[in-house]
Amino acid sequence: MLNLIIEMKTPIEYYIWLSTVLFSIGVLGVLFRRNAIIIFACIELMLNAVNLLMVAFSSYLNDATGQVFVFFIMAVAAAEVAVGLAILVMMYRNTKSVDINILNRLKG
Amino acid sequence: MTLYLFYFLSFLAIFSALLVVFSKNPVYSVLYLIITFFAIAGHYILLNAQFLAVVHVIVYAGAIMVLFLYVIMLLNLNQESEPHKQTLIKIAAVASSGLLLTVLVGSLRGATQVVTKTGGAEIGLVKNLGQVLFNEFLFPFEISSILLLAAMVGVVMVGKDEEHAKPDN
Repeated sequence: MLNLIIEMKTPIEYYIWLSTVLFSIGVLGVLFRRNAIIIFACIELMLNAVNLLMVAFSSYLNDATGQVFVFFIMAVAAAEVAVGLAILVMMYRNTKSVDINILNRLKG
Repeated sequence: MTLYLFYFLSFLAIFSALLVVFSKNPVYSVLYLIITFFAIAGHYILLNAQFLAVVHVIVYAGAIMVLFLYVIMLLNLNQESEPHKQTLIKIAAVASSGLLLTVLVGSLRGATQVVTKTGGAEIGLVKNLGQVLFNEFLFPFEISSILLLAAMVGVVMVGKDEEHAKPDN
């Protein structure tokens, strides 16, 4: 079992830059697209960027708390995606579209 | 060797994340997102978080992405019918996310002084994570089960087709 352990030589800064870039791509997707499903996918991308950074710090600091937090974030993300996609299906049933510009009728 | 693997997985993750944003067809976007998730799972293995890598593949690539694909197929959205935003809004989106990236890089540069301890590299295995999860985090674990139950009930309530459900009563 112990030969699964990989020696870490990558500096932690590299993981910070990778997570920052992935998070920014997620923000770009949320601002750039109009399809609500793609916006959900980009939110998942942002959550994963944060998860990756948390696992990186957890491994480099030898503290398992970060990995347990990632576990909880995965549970919350699964619940969020299920509820969000159900809302999307309901919205499509009423408006025959998943364009977020239709949703501005909520604005009073 | 580890560094080359890191570069390869990072390139794969960033490239397919960009393709998620810029591909026209929603099905292709979701498939590229699966590639991104597998690259992130590879990063978890490189970071000695083997249990989380397996859970990540099962939960994200196995469950969440199947949910996305099901919804796209059910709503019959697998064509390039999305009306595009105006060019000004697109430029504003690219500029603002680029500015966010600049601000984050600028504020994080040189801010890390992490001491890497050696020896305890097996914290990512399921034995140690289970010890922590069921001792320190037992109560949040139970709470998250209630959250999943509530989400399931909510999805069934929201997704119910009321017009077709009424004649049954």
